[in-house]
Amino acid sequence: MDILSNLALGFGVALSPYTLFLAVCGCFLGTIIGALPGLGPSNGVAILIPITFTLGLDATSALVLMTSVYYGAMYGGRISSILLNIPGDEPALMTTLDGYPMAKQGRAGDALVLSGVASFVGAFLATIGLMLLAPSLARVAFLFGPAEYFALYLLAFCTLGGMASNNQAKSALAACIGLGIATIGVDSSSGLPRLTGGNLHLYDGVDFLVAIVGLFAIAEVFFFIESHGKGSAVGVKLDKVRIPWADIWETKWTMLRSSAVGFIAGILPGAGASLGSFMAYMTEKSIAGEKGGFGTGVPKGVAAPEAGNNAAAGGALVPMLTLGVPGSGTTAVLLALLMTLNITPGPTLFTDRPEVVWGLIASLLIANIVLLLMNVPMVKIFVKILMVPAWILLPGVTMVSFVGIYSLSGSYFDLLMMVGFGALGYILRKLDIPTVPVILGILLGGNMEDALRRAMTLSDGDVTYLFSSPIAIGLWVAAIAGFVAPMFLRNILKKPQAVTD
Amino acid sequence: MTNRLFKALMTSAVLGLTATTAISAAECIAPANPGGGWDFTCRQIGKIMYDIKAVDTPVQVTNMPGAGGGLAYNHVVSERADDGDLIVAASSATTTRLAQNAYAGMTADQVRFVGAIGADPGVIVVAADSPFQSLGDLVEAIKADPGSVAFAGGSAVGGFDHLKPLMILKEGGFTDITKVKYIGVDGGADAITQTVGGFTQAMTGDMSEVVSFLSNGDIRVIAVLTEERVPGFDDIPTAKEQGYDVVAVNWRGLYVPKGISDAKFDEWAGKLQQVADSPEWAQAMKDNGLAPFTKVGGDFQGYVDGLVADINAMSKELGVIQ
Repeated sequence: MDILSNLALGFGVALSPYTLFLAVCGCFLGTIIGALPGLGPSNGVAILIPITFTLGLDATSALVLMTSVYYGAMYGGRISSILLNIPGDEPALMTTLDGYPMAKQGRAGDALVLSGVASFVGAFLATIGLMLLAPSLARVAFLFGPAEYFALYLLAFCTLGGMASNNQAKSALAACIGLGIATIGVDSSSGLPRLTGGNLHLYDGVDFLVAIVGLFAIAEVFFFIESHGKGSAVGVKLDKVRIPWADIWETKWTMLRSSAVGFIAGILPGAGASLGSFMAYMTEKSIAGEKGGFGTGVPKGVAAPEAGNNAAAGGALVPMLTLGVPGSGTTAVLLALLMTLNITPGPTLFTDRPEVVWGLIASLLIANIVLLLMNVPMVKIFVKILMVPAWILLPGVTMVSFVGIYSLSGSYFDLLMMVGFGALGYILRKLDIPTVPVILGILLGGNMEDALRRAMTLSDGDVTYLFSSPIAIGLWVAAIAGFVAPMFLRNILKKPQAVTD
Repeated sequence: MTNRLFKALMTSAVLGLTATTAISAAECIAPANPGGGWDFTCRQIGKIMYDIKAVDTPVQVTNMPGAGGGLAYNHVVSERADDGDLIVAASSATTTRLAQNAYAGMTADQVRFVGAIGADPGVIVVAADSPFQSLGDLVEAIKADPGSVAFAGGSAVGGFDHLKPLMILKEGGFTDITKVKYIGVDGGADAITQTVGGFTQAMTGDMSEVVSFLSNGDIRVIAVLTEERVPGFDDIPTAKEQGYDVVAVNWRGLYVPKGISDAKFDEWAGKLQQVADSPEWAQAMKDNGLAPFTKVGGDFQGYVDGLVADINAMSKELGVIQ
C-alpha cells in the first residue's frame, strides 16, 4: 500500500485552501488559453511562468498552478474546435472532424459535454496510469530507437488516406504538401540549411502553430470576406445544454480504448498529444468501420480524440518525470519550470523528492475534477464568448491569432507566413483538398525524416535495419495493413463525408 | 450578468498577460525554446539578480528560438544595438556557431560578451553494461573498426557535442574522422536513452545532462573533459589523465548589445559578478552539475575571441567546415 500512503502525502501537500484556489484559477485560465486559437498549452504555460516567480510561489504551488493550466488548456482546446472548426491548439485538430459537424446539426451542447467527459476519462485514467506505472514505463523509452520511431510515424501516415476527404488522392496530395513544408530549415543530419533562401527566420523550419492558425483561422477570415459576412459557417447556435447520458454510455469503450492509445503515444518522447489524438481517432474509426460514419458528426468521433489527447498529456509526464525527456512541447516547458525551481527530473526523482512527484500527481487529480466540474455545467459560459456575431467574432479571432503567433518568436515574419498559410488554406479549400493532412505532414514530417536519417547513419545505409526489431516489424505490419485494407473495403462500404466546408 | 462578468474576467486575464511582458525594465533573451541551457541561464541569473536585489524589478525572460541562436543574435545586432536594458544568454554553442559562420556572416565583435559564471564540463558516457571501461577502450575500438561505435549527442552534426569525440580521437591519433558515426537528437537526456537502449554505443554531452542518471546506475561516465576532476564527482577520471589532452567545457554566460555605454557595460558586469559570488548561484551550480568558471568583464571578450579562432581552426582541420 505504498501508493496509498504516497498519495496521502501528495494530497497533504496539494490540498490546502490556497493551492486549491490556485488550481481553480489555473484551470480557468488554462481553459481560456486552450480555447483561443494559436495560444496552445505550451505557450500558455510559458507565458504564465513569470507570474509564478512574481507571486513568489514555492515549488509545489507553482507546480499546481502550472499543471492546472496545462490540463485546462488540453480541455479548452476542444471548445473552438467544435464551435468554430478552428482548433484551439494542435492536439484539438482531430476534434474538429466530428465535433464541428455535430455542432452544425444543432448538437453543440451535447458535443461539448461529451468531449468534456471524454477529456476527464482520458486525463483521469492517464493520471492513474502515471501513478501506478511511471517507474516501470520509463523503460519503454529505451526500446524505441530510430527504426522504431520511423515505423511509428509511418503508421500515422499510412492510416491518413481517406481522412477528411472523399478523395484519397487529394488527402495524399495534401500530406505531401505538408511533408514538403516540413523539409524547410536546417537539416539536422548535415547542419546545412535547406530551402530557406538564406532567411534566418526559416532556419528552424515552419512552426506548425503558424501553419495551423493560418490554414484554419485566417482562411476562415478570407471565406468570411468573400461572402461579405452573409451565411458564414462560423458561429453555431447553442441550445439548452443537457447531459447526453445516452451518448456517454454509448462511447464508454471508445473512451477507454482511446485513453490507452493516447497514454502510450504520450509516453513516447517526441510523439506527444497530437499523435495521441490522431492514433485514437484512427483506431476508433477503423474499429467502427465506414458505417460508423466518422467524419459526419458522430459522438464516438468526438469522444475518441479528446480522450486520446488528454490521456497523452498525462502520458507525456511519464518520460519527463522519470527520464527528464519531455514527451511533448508543453512538458518541455514544465521541465524548464522544474529546473528553475532547482528540481532536476530524472530516474531518481521519485525516491529523492517524493513530495514533489506525489504533490504533482495529487494536483493533477484535483485539477481534473475541478475541470470536469467547471466544464460540464459551465460550458454555456465558455460558449457565450464564441456566440457573438461573426462580424465581431472573426476580427477578434484574427487579433488573437496575430498576438498568439507574434508571441511565439516575437518576429513579424511569422505573421506574414501565417497570412501566407491563410491564402494557401483558402485555395486548398476551394479545390476541395483537405487541410488537416497538410498540418499532420508539417507536424510529424520533420520527426519522421530525422528518425529515418538517424537510422541510416547508424546502419551505414542498410535498409534492413528498419525491420530489425520485433517492435519495428509489428509497426510496419500495422502500417501496411492500415494502408491496404481501405482499398479492399472501399467498394463494400460507404465513403466518409467531407467536413472541410 | 454572468456573461458580462466573464468578459470582464477574460479582458483582465488578457491584459494581465500582456502587462507582465511590458512593465519590467530589464530583459533577458534566451535564444531558444523554454527548457534548454540558455533558458536556464536567463531564468536562473534573472531570478538571482532579483533575489539579491541587483535589479529592482524581476528580469523578464523572452524566448526567441531560431537558427540555433542566430535569430536572437541578428535581432540584437540589427534592432537593439543600443538597448542598455537587454542581456542575452550565451554559451559555447554561441561561439561554436560564430566560429563556423552559422549565423549568416555575423561575427563575434558585433556584440559585447559580458562574462561567464559557470561551466558545464563535457563528458563521454556509455551504458552501464558497455564493454568499454575507459576512454582508451573506446578509442581503440574506433581505430579497429570505425563503424562499430556510434555517438549520440544533443547538438546537430558539426555542433559542440559532435566536436568533443572528434577532438579526443584526433588526440588519440585517429584522423579519418568522417568515418565516425554521430546522430544529433533532441537534447542530452534523449541521447542517453538512445545509448542506454543500445541504439548508440556512447553519448557525448554535458555534465548537467547526465547528473540525474548517475545515481540510477544506468550509465557510466568514462571521461570528463576538464583540467582537473570536478568537485563532487571525484570518481570520474578526466580525459587528460587517461592520456588524451582534451578540455571542452560549455560555459554559461551573457552578451549585451554593442552600442551601449561603457558605464552600462560595467554595470552589467558588476551585477553578473554579484550573481557569481552569491550563495544562491553556488547552490544552483551544485544542483545542475556546473563547475565554477568565472570570467567577467573586459578580459572575457579576449577569451571569446580566442575561442572563436580556435574552434574555427579546429573545425577546418576536422573537415566540419570548408
